[in-house]
Amino acid sequence: MRSWIPLLLVFAFLVPATLPASQPALPNADDPVLEARLNTLAADLRCVVCQNETLAESRASLALDLREEIREMMRAGLSDTAVVESLVDRYGDFVLYRPPLKPLTYALWGGPAAFLFIGFALAAAALYRRRAIPGTEDISPDTLAQASRLLQHPDSIPSGSVTEPTSPSPPQDTR
Amino acid sequence: MIPELGQFATILALVVALVQGTLPLLGAQRGEQRLMALGRPLAQAQFTLLLVAFAALAWSFLAHDFSVKNVAQNSFSQLPAVYRFTATWGSHEGSLLLWTLILAGWSAAVAVFSRQLPPEMVARVLGVLGLVSVGFLVLLVFTSNPFERLFPIPLDGRDLNPLLQDAGMISHPPLLYMGYVGFSVAFAFAIAALLSGRLDAAWARWSRPWTTIAWTFLTLGIGLGSWWAYRELGWGGWWFWDPTENASLMPWLAGTALIHALAATEKRGVFSNWSVLLAIATFSLSLLGTFLVRSGVLSSVHAFAVDPLRGLTILAFLGIVVGGSMVLYALRAPRMVTGGSFGVFSRESLLLGNNVFLVAALGAVLLGTLYPLFVDALGLGKISVGPQYFNAVFVPLVAPALFLVGIGPLARWKQADLPDLMSRLKWAFGVALVSAALLPLTMDGINLQVTLGLFLALWILFTVLQGFALRTQHYQGSRVRRLFGLPRAFWGMQFAHLGLAVMVVGVTMVSNYETERDVRMPIGSHVELAGYRFVFQGVEEVPGPNYLAGRGTMEITPPRGRPFTLYPEKRHYNASGMIMTQAAVDYGLFRDVYISLGDPLEDGAWTARVYHKPFVGWLWLGAVMLAIGGGLAATDRRYRVVIRRRKATPAAATVPAATVPEVAT
Repeated sequence: MRSWIPLLLVFAFLVPATLPASQPALPNADDPVLEARLNTLAADLRCVVCQNETLAESRASLALDLREEIREMMRAGLSDTAVVESLVDRYGDFVLYRPPLKPLTYALWGGPAAFLFIGFALAAAALYRRRAIPGTEDISPDTLAQASRLLQHPDSIPSGSVTEPTSPSPPQDTR
Repeated sequence: MIPELGQFATILALVVALVQGTLPLLGAQRGEQRLMALGRPLAQAQFTLLLVAFAALAWSFLAHDFSVKNVAQNSFSQLPAVYRFTATWGSHEGSLLLWTLILAGWSAAVAVFSRQLPPEMVARVLGVLGLVSVGFLVLLVFTSNPFERLFPIPLDGRDLNPLLQDAGMISHPPLLYMGYVGFSVAFAFAIAALLSGRLDAAWARWSRPWTTIAWTFLTLGIGLGSWWAYRELGWGGWWFWDPTENASLMPWLAGTALIHALAATEKRGVFSNWSVLLAIATFSLSLLGTFLVRSGVLSSVHAFAVDPLRGLTILAFLGIVVGGSMVLYALRAPRMVTGGSFGVFSRESLLLGNNVFLVAALGAVLLGTLYPLFVDALGLGKISVGPQYFNAVFVPLVAPALFLVGIGPLARWKQADLPDLMSRLKWAFGVALVSAALLPLTMDGINLQVTLGLFLALWILFTVLQGFALRTQHYQGSRVRRLFGLPRAFWGMQFAHLGLAVMVVGVTMVSNYETERDVRMPIGSHVELAGYRFVFQGVEEVPGPNYLAGRGTMEITPPRGRPFTLYPEKRHYNASGMIMTQAAVDYGLFRDVYISLGDPLEDGAWTARVYHKPFVGWLWLGAVMLAIGGGLAATDRRYRVVIRRRKATPAAATVPAATVPEVAT
């Protein structure tokens, strides 16, 4: 049994050496630089016949055709903006996943900042109102004196006035 | 026969829900104990009935009853049993039934775990839950009957959508719905508080564990959905800002804000009006999500118009819930500012800041999701709002909230000491910033996005550690023992915040350092990526239960460690003829290797995409940590004490002192 092991080891080293050296796989695209450009661009474009998929992800036939068409335009020397413009001409703004800034989308792009601004205005108003609430420092000296009297002479508390709390409060801050 | 039984049970459940939604509320208003006491048994009866209905539908699927339309459209004779069961909630009707069942389950849970609550409160909460249930049961009975028969009976079904034939389908929808629907309990507590006029710390304490548990389920549900998309859609994306995803993210953001607001309400009695509003908003957003996903309005406004009854019913229901709650809020919310005062810099004000950012982020997601619908509905054209928009507006709103995660937990209630906190935190800030600036240099040079992400993650990590140090410093004896003596609520918060840091690392790393190659691979050829060498060994045909797979073999030699083999598949589903890409993934703590097969070429060659995704698993690890944090916080001692106290009540009647000790601990 044991005599097999060296032989196996020899084979283990021989097998990769005797196989033909594996060839490197070629990029799927004929022109990887152009393909990278296409993919960056297509990730921002909508496949207009799909349910919410980008042109880069979609495998729908229209998306495949459109990608080929964009390749053609790029090979013809069109800039990215020119390619996008020609697509917008055909399909409208619907094809753009990043909606362009124009009167129709002012509220869309301005909304989040407005929410934040309103939120902070309301929060500031809440903080301001809080200051008007009497805090501990406003407790009258009489009350404080009464409290310390009670603390020193607990027997003076009239019986029956202290009721068991219905829900015990936690002994410390836990959060 | 069995499907009719299910339908009968559904109708009966509607009747029960109607009674549950009226009499206990009436009883609470008039102070009639007998009417109030009806809530509990009715909630349990409703749950039992819906369980019967659900079982009937599941049985129809398992037994291949193709005379049921729902089964014929969503099942197939060759479909494996586990997916036949999950197909029960694979359709519109079935998922509504699951929604309603889970709602009844939450109501029954409230009925069981609410013995310490005043009877008026229980009656009102169960009454409101009953009313919500009426809304869904009306949908189920009148517009979306899952038990509808079909004649003539087809020989075979049309099969479940292959995208849904995945392990994720088993747990993702139920978990997500547990979360969505769980917020109905928080909503019911809020409405009950408005009805009774008592929006106090006690109310916050009662609704807090329910809210946290619902949030935990929703977190898990969303995380699992993202993981499912990652594995199933074939190119390894994990978040698409798809409207259906946004539909689940919005209640999550609102729920997260609610959890933090309730913390302040419970501890300090502040923000109670705001907490009520958030509870209403969270559940309304859950309903909105259901409307968006279920009405077909998302694919196009016109698809919605084809079958408007369902959508309009949900929309009307949504309108009643939102409108009714808002009217009630306007009438009953206290005019006065509740709770004590607090300083401009305090735990309260920081929680307020957290809420501002979270709600603004929520508003941004809502705006981006609904804007194209409104533009289309108003006939102003068609626009698309995609990931570019959401990333551009969401990140700047959430990053400051993540920064606050580092400060809030260390600040004192009422009045925090800013200079003191700054001197405490200067090291954490400095070390996090310098490390985050330097770390990208070890990859491929300056990268501000990475620096921002890593800074936030390290900042949270350091401040969480400081939180532990601060909580254990003033005690004599073993620090370790003190550490484990800290309340679960504190551990839960720390765990969840650390989960955020882990998630941020995952998002940052995979977004910036992911690499991929798209290649044509003849048999025996290889491709190299991130130090990994992939050798393609061809594709063979392997039959599956209801599909035929082309299974590729890819041998991978990593830069370190053992070579391994992955088997990506291309599946052709028999019933639908759909072709699916089944990616193969090798999971790792610091990277995933992800392969998906493309298309066949001549001579057994295939196109294939190979991906190296650094730290992508941290996304879901973070989600799990968030959920663990939620679970710990929801089972904190002070909530369990109440339950134990309830069990001890018979003994306490004879020995009154028995109820006192827990106050002292």
